Amino acid sequence: MLQLKNLLKNAVKSISKNRMRSLLTSLGIIIGVSSVIVMVAIGQGSQKQIEDEIESLGTNMIIIMPGSSTSGAVRGGAGTLNRFTLNDVEKLEKEATMISDVSPTIRSGGQVIGGGENWSTTIYGVTEGYFAIRNFEIEYGEFFTERDVRANKKVALLGKTVADELFPNQDPTGEKIRIRNVPFTVIGVLKEKGQSSMGNDQDDVILAPSTTVLYRLKGGRYVDMILASAVTADLIDEAQNEISSILRKAHRLDEGEEDDFTIRNQAEISEMASSTTEILTLLLGSIAGVSLLVGGIGIMNIMLVSVTERTREIGLRLSVGARSIDVLAQFLTEAIVLSLSGGFIGIILSFGISILLDEFTMLSTLINTEIILISVLFSAAVGIFFGFYPARKAAALNPIDALRYE
Amino acid sequence: MMIQKRHLWGLPGEAEGFNMNNLKSVIETRELTKTYQMGDVSVKVLRGVDLTIKSGEFVAIMGASGSGKSTLMNLIGCLDEPTSGDYFLDGKHVNLMGKNEYADIRNQKIGFVFQGFNLLPRTTALENVELPLMYDRKKRIREPKKASIAALEKVGLSNRMDHEPNQLSGGQQQRVAIARALVNQPAIILADEPTGNLDSLTSVDVMSVFQNLNNQGITVILVTHEPDIALYAKRIVEMRDGIITKDNLVENRRDAEMDLYNLVKESEEYEECYN
Repeated sequence: MLQLKNLLKNAVKSISKNRMRSLLTSLGIIIGVSSVIVMVAIGQGSQKQIEDEIESLGTNMIIIMPGSSTSGAVRGGAGTLNRFTLNDVEKLEKEATMISDVSPTIRSGGQVIGGGENWSTTIYGVTEGYFAIRNFEIEYGEFFTERDVRANKKVALLGKTVADELFPNQDPTGEKIRIRNVPFTVIGVLKEKGQSSMGNDQDDVILAPSTTVLYRLKGGRYVDMILASAVTADLIDEAQNEISSILRKAHRLDEGEEDDFTIRNQAEISEMASSTTEILTLLLGSIAGVSLLVGGIGIMNIMLVSVTERTREIGLRLSVGARSIDVLAQFLTEAIVLSLSGGFIGIILSFGISILLDEFTMLSTLINTEIILISVLFSAAVGIFFGFYPARKAAALNPIDALRYE
Repeated sequence: MMIQKRHLWGLPGEAEGFNMNNLKSVIETRELTKTYQMGDVSVKVLRGVDLTIKSGEFVAIMGASGSGKSTLMNLIGCLDEPTSGDYFLDGKHVNLMGKNEYADIRNQKIGFVFQGFNLLPRTTALENVELPLMYDRKKRIREPKKASIAALEKVGLSNRMDHEPNQLSGGQQQRVAIARALVNQPAIILADEPTGNLDSLTSVDVMSVFQNLNNQGITVILVTHEPDIALYAKRIVEMRDGIITKDNLVENRRDAEMDLYNLVKESEEYEECYN
């Protein structure tokens, strides 16, 4: 077979002889490759967006919810049995080694009056660990501390939405507000978190010490939910097991008895979301893949035309000593060069398109090296697959007939 | 039988057994036949051709269309396989060879010149001449570029090396094709109607190139149906109905350079008359 250098030289030469035709032929591959890359980039971009959003809810977060009640044979739904108390939280705090922070969540709704305005919102009773678990940051003032929690201090942190409703355009730190007629002092405002992926406003909240909410606002002794965070993401499963065994002991559950709580973690939720977007990516990518296939057929078409057009050239090459495999290699190389160069142009184009999409639309894109590698390999494969038949046709020509071809 | 023939191949001594003279024969055919199968009918195109051509000869093969001269040329040029008979090229028994070996033989031993020039379009003269060397697997010729330039010099086109075929006249294009046939230093140059597409002046010009090359010792085989072109050869082989009917040396051989000189002079005089 000819040397690779000569093969490439020949291929580039004959492709550049028919510049317009070659460009139009590669256009199929250019569009195919760039649309595959852009589609996958959009899919992966939105996947990343969702993942980031979920991460913003809190890293390594573990959610412990009360279980269902059973009375006789009738089982209630989740949360019908509210058996978490602040004791449980304390036990977890003391005994668990694989969690870095833990906080109860006590939910209470109510009308808030302050700054001459009023607003209905949700009040969460939490401890100082909550800020770290949920990745809250402070805009004005400061978080409350462990001491505030222990002392049932009537202090409150306002979410951005609440702060804007009650105290527009000002720092409300130090202001007094009344929640269901209980006076609180505002000690700070939380930084904006935006909407959650479920669509609710994460800034329409007031955070106050758990003890204060439990004893002053809500009454009773039960905690709605416990949040904790694992020391590292790898240790989430172990942390969950640890929490489970501590809570079972605290609740005096016998072996074989069902848990009266459920534990979920952030990873499970984000996995669910990613699998949805993965399907989306696959779908978009395969639709775009069809255009790559069409591009390949375009290459086959033009190579067949080229073989017919150049029958005399093939005859000549055979008569001066080219073997069939030389002719095969020549036309195959041409098809591959055509599709690969189309692939490269497509990659460059896809970068341009994704920059434009990021800039001017709501879509965010993410191009990874993997998909580029795949599309390069794929366009080479398209060249080989669709170039083979015309090349074999050329190689099978009889030199006498080819030389006499008119 | 097969094994015996394969054994013959590659033993020059065997081939020389056919040699009658001291001069080395470049081509020897023995009872060469070719039958084409056309549906149910089989057409005998060659019916036993014995032809010996020695090194340095200039042979014109003549005959009407259908005489079998083209088929004979295809067989001599290793473009086709005979149905029966033996063919020795440059001492090698070339029957019973595979497709690839045929390709290599064409590359190493034969230089083709065609009626339609068959140059690659949009490719310079030099690159056209280099083409056979691209397929030179044995790397016999060390410096392809140098060899190609030398071949172009031999046909008097060294000043047109970078021209593409569409920038060259018909005669010049055929010269490039001859240079391409020369470049791999073949045992024979096989020219199939090389003047068929050329006017008479250019035809004589091209024949002068062949005569020149032949004078340098290169064996030339010319297939033509024009009697006056055949007169530039040293020997004329006439074919009819698949056999050789006449095989004579040319008595009044024409000198192409001389004819060319006269023709040019004539046309100048002709022009002078009218201007």
